[in-house]
Amino acid sequence: MKYTGSVIKYGDNVDTDVIIPARYLNTSVPSELAAHCMEDLDKSFVSRVKSGDIIVAGQNFGCGSSREHAPIAIKASGVSLVIAKSFARIFYRNAINIGLAIVECPEAAAEIGEGDEVEADLDSGIIRDLTTGKEYATAPFPEFVQKIIENGGLIASIASGAVK
Amino acid sequence: MGMTMTQKILAAHSGLDSVQAGELILASLDLVLGNDITSPVAIREFARLGKDSVFDRDKVTMVMDHFVPNKDIKAAEQCKVCRGFCTDMDITHFYDVGDMGIEHALLPEKGLVTAGDLVIGADSHTCTYGAFGAFSTGVGSTDMACGMAIGKAWFRVPSAMRIELTGALRPYVSGKDVILHIIGKTGVDGALYRSMEFGGAGLSSLTMADRFTIANMAIEAGAKNGIFEVDDLTLEYIRSHNAAEPRIYAPDPDAQYDEVLHIDLSQTEPTVAFPHLPENARTFDNIGDIKIDQVVIGSCTNGRLEDLQAAAEILRGRHVAKGVRVIVIPATQRVYLEAMELGLLKIFIESGAVVSTPTCGPCLGGYMGILADGERAVTTTNRNFVGRMGHTGSEVYLASPATAAASALTGRITSPWEVMEK
Repeated sequence: MKYTGSVIKYGDNVDTDVIIPARYLNTSVPSELAAHCMEDLDKSFVSRVKSGDIIVAGQNFGCGSSREHAPIAIKASGVSLVIAKSFARIFYRNAINIGLAIVECPEAAAEIGEGDEVEADLDSGIIRDLTTGKEYATAPFPEFVQKIIENGGLIASIASGAVK
Repeated sequence: MGMTMTQKILAAHSGLDSVQAGELILASLDLVLGNDITSPVAIREFARLGKDSVFDRDKVTMVMDHFVPNKDIKAAEQCKVCRGFCTDMDITHFYDVGDMGIEHALLPEKGLVTAGDLVIGADSHTCTYGAFGAFSTGVGSTDMACGMAIGKAWFRVPSAMRIELTGALRPYVSGKDVILHIIGKTGVDGALYRSMEFGGAGLSSLTMADRFTIANMAIEAGAKNGIFEVDDLTLEYIRSHNAAEPRIYAPDPDAQYDEVLHIDLSQTEPTVAFPHLPENARTFDNIGDIKIDQVVIGSCTNGRLEDLQAAAEILRGRHVAKGVRVIVIPATQRVYLEAMELGLLKIFIESGAVVSTPTCGPCLGGYMGILADGERAVTTTNRNFVGRMGHTGSEVYLASPATAAASALTGRITSPWEVMEK
């Protein structure tokens, strides 16, 4: 899978409470969640995010609550990929399970800047910063996880019999 | 190669003689949990699987606790979805207003989890049940949906951090101070993807309430799970709550730990985590004069009877400071009833606190104690992220029930050692 978009950049420990504050958890409708995505960290996010944009962040992205509403809100806001130094483990699972592309790459996360145009090919594991011309290599997903992604998420994997 | 407690439980639940850190497994589940926030999403995903029943009606549980009694129409609609699903699926353990409690206090109390179990819950604090030797971990709604459907979940077998406990806690110091101290050392991602395994000579001095609080906040260090070795106190708790027969998994003598942390409980002091991360732990030599507007005593972390007793001991016969709003939330109906029978509610009300029905409400900024811009709260909850309890300009300080109660009396962040005889 290939993703191309411009970068919106954040720091370390972006928690699920700022990704989607609990006051909006009385709904699970993706478009309603997207309308408040990142609200407590960056009020400008919703107005400036464009379809295909890539979030680049620091360590422990998605820490805190298990709310799947967080990756749902990010995906529904049009973000195609999240690149981070590391992800909190529940967010990591949730993103894979709902089909939001994510990749851990500390070097890319450190060096890629706000507004850069980035192209990422997760099959080859290559991330290119088209603005600076720099290239980064990432580790591919384990085979089991790739199978879930290839089948369109965990629900589809079970429905198709790929995971029993 | 030797296995940790977590690895042994995961191996036993995936039909393997042994597992190693990094291995991906598909494991059988003893219990699948959801609440009124996460279950509606899981129910929607479950419907896509086209199944007309859950894998085992006795092994799926839903607890309405976050926004109940319902705070608004949307919250009411979400509970209605859960109620309808549990009726349709004939779910045995569905807990609604009247018999609910905060899920992680409720499930152990109801005897729904035992040592050696493998539990997933669509709530990050599901790691609480590690207190009595279960592997339990938080997942999202899709994992919950698949767990309800097939009774299995995939895991990457974690490596472990061993926390070796020695000594015994001093008066007015509790499990909350221990875990805040530990997170202060590890940082909020210090145990990322790993187990935190607790044991050692100091274990026997910790009450079950202390252990629940410590395991509950393992997620705040990034851990996949927190788990305690099983001892006589654990077994007594399990038996007195009519839980299933325990399966005890002790760590192998040659179990691999990629880090060992030594904690001398006798040196642990009242500890407060400053905004806006649980890792910002400070002891009172480094706190200063911080005025507060609100105190919350409750939550899945600290809403058990022992927590209320600790707070009541400090508030008894005294009055909270002028201008401080104090909200006490017993975690379950049973805790509420026992607190009433022991006279704790009288102590709270006479001291100027309010006592609420069980709810997660204020902990996640849902309702029942939202903070305004610039306000500060000392709270026994588990997260102090920006905007966690209300306005993004508010501040949350995490502390033990004793520290929260002492702070309620003075109107500033106060050590219980200052208001009580050490």
